[in-house]
Amino acid sequence: MKVTFPHMGHMWICLSAMLEYLGVEVVVPPPSSKRTLTLGARHAPEFACLPLKLNLGNFMEASELGADTILMAGGCGPCRFGYYAQVEHAILEDLGYKYRLVVMEPPQKHVGELLSKIKYITGHSSWWEVVRGIRFGYQKARMVDELERQANYLRPREIHRGSTDKAFKRALQEIIAAKHPRDLPQAGERVRKIMAQVVIKPRPVLRVGIVGEIFTLLEPFANYDLERRLGYLGVETDRSIYLSEWINDHLFLGLVRGLRSRKEACQAAPPYLNHFVGGHGQETVGSTVMYAKQGYDGVIQLLPFTCMPEIVAHSVLPRLSTELGIPTLTITVDEQSGEAGLVTRLEAFIDLLARKKGVV
Amino acid sequence: MKGYLGIDVGSVSTNLVFMDENGKIREAIYLRTRGQPIFALQEGLRQLAERLPANTIVRGVGTTGSGRFLAGIIAGADVVKNEITSHAVAASTLVPGVQTILEIGGQDSKIIILRNGVVTDFAMNTVCAAGTGSFLDQQAARLNIPIEDFGELALKSTVPVRIAGRCAVFAESDMIHKQQMGYSLPDILAGLCEALVRNYLNNVGKGKEILPPVVFQGGVAANAGMRRAFEQALGLEVHVPPHYNVMGAVGAALLAREKMAGGGTSRFRGFGVAKTRFKAGGFECENCPNLCEVVEITREGEVIARWGDRCGRWSGSLGYQENAV
Repeated sequence: MKVTFPHMGHMWICLSAMLEYLGVEVVVPPPSSKRTLTLGARHAPEFACLPLKLNLGNFMEASELGADTILMAGGCGPCRFGYYAQVEHAILEDLGYKYRLVVMEPPQKHVGELLSKIKYITGHSSWWEVVRGIRFGYQKARMVDELERQANYLRPREIHRGSTDKAFKRALQEIIAAKHPRDLPQAGERVRKIMAQVVIKPRPVLRVGIVGEIFTLLEPFANYDLERRLGYLGVETDRSIYLSEWINDHLFLGLVRGLRSRKEACQAAPPYLNHFVGGHGQETVGSTVMYAKQGYDGVIQLLPFTCMPEIVAHSVLPRLSTELGIPTLTITVDEQSGEAGLVTRLEAFIDLLARKKGVV
Repeated sequence: MKGYLGIDVGSVSTNLVFMDENGKIREAIYLRTRGQPIFALQEGLRQLAERLPANTIVRGVGTTGSGRFLAGIIAGADVVKNEITSHAVAASTLVPGVQTILEIGGQDSKIIILRNGVVTDFAMNTVCAAGTGSFLDQQAARLNIPIEDFGELALKSTVPVRIAGRCAVFAESDMIHKQQMGYSLPDILAGLCEALVRNYLNNVGKGKEILPPVVFQGGVAANAGMRRAFEQALGLEVHVPPHYNVMGAVGAALLAREKMAGGGTSRFRGFGVAKTRFKAGGFECENCPNLCEVVEITREGEVIARWGDRCGRWSGSLGYQENAV
């Protein structure tokens, strides 16, 4: 069995750490690229959203590398993502791919449901080993998220353009290279040293929160490297969802304490959005409220074209924006997106924030 | 004479203005880009050099528009700004107190909301360019009327016909249909203006609070029919400022003045740029599956700028970084 999974930012690091630790052979698809998108968009329904198209492309490319089993998350609720695993599997079958499908549904009652799916993939491992494997993967997710946070802080302040990204790449390799939980502390130490080498200078920066649909938030290919672009425009960014937070909320049912959780975001959403609208719609609204209260200069909402929950959130944002005095910009992406238009809108939005704050 | 140069290289027009130190626009040039931005820019610089006195000193250069990076490299710009900021700066300087800017250019339309002189919100057309200058231009050409007469003809209408304006191609077929039904030309043109305004307000202007004074600028503002359609739809007076068609360039000049206020020398390459041989080329980088289209600008055969790659492999190799957003 050679297991593959879709790309969503750096999720592959965490997933392959867990699976390889448990002795499962993993095929990581090539990083999402124009080719991935072209392959996916060709065979996906036109009005399906970007994540489906990219996932499909990932699977097709992984198959070229010998993958035969798909591991994917499922879901429930009004967002279509819940049945993407099945839809993608059906499309692949029609195209003649032979894939086995394992869907990890968010556990409804008990973490045991999730464990049994993982047990299916890992087969011979003991329960104890499975738990340790999950823990190992999760620790890596935490480290990668921490690294991303650091990079988002450093980028607008770096003296040499690009030094943060170079350090980030090297540091990421350290985390990837750790093959056993006992190697992680040393890897963490090396990561800290690498990141400490980035020379920065204190300067006034703008702070922008990025909210929206999780896949476009996490996958730099889908969002045109939004965080990096903003960093180069002199903006420190924070993302409303990091992978480890999502795993904790949706797969561990909040087992890990002390992490930011979707509950706070949802509680902050009323009176603008009082109930669940599927996907991350309510979190988008709530996080925007929270960013406004934390004194952020602006909020950027990201969504794949035709994403219903985010469209609901989008229609709520103008009122919220006026009442709480926080400018918002919505960016929609799909395979037809153009880079030039994005750059113009981002620049204009950042100019707007800078002039408002007086840090031109 | 000392002053600032503002350059707006757009999809349809390339505009240059020369603004003196007091903020007065001394020269304004409006040229068609015709798909050759480098040539248009060089031609503009040549004409400007002819019109300006020999002792002119350029203290700063700003570029804007979709060709801003290209123009910035060729002319040697001190500030390269997006068109939304440039238009907002120009309008708020030339029309003090403006609260809403309607801007329709060749390929894009935008709305900019200002409060107390600061941009608080903006929107730009996202999915299509129905209702922008290029479309009006084409229709005028198809009907064999000069684009300059379009607005005046539309004003002669008494009963505007309802035209389907959601999509430029369907609007054209609807217009042809209405012509074949026998409606008069002015009524069809006025109907088209109304359709475009309807489309603009429903897409770009959706959810925005449009407060007076309202300024209408960009090349399409020349069209009196569009202006009247806006006034009727909004129930507000719509001002078309002087220099309405070169506002982007005016904004770029103002931004250059702001940038150079702290002192320093301009990076302007001089009006001689008009005679230099620039060439834009490009290639597809095959280093990774992203297959980025890399653009290369050469001056007298020497590569002076590259952009378009996601990873920075090419754009980072020249030490040219301030424009690699």
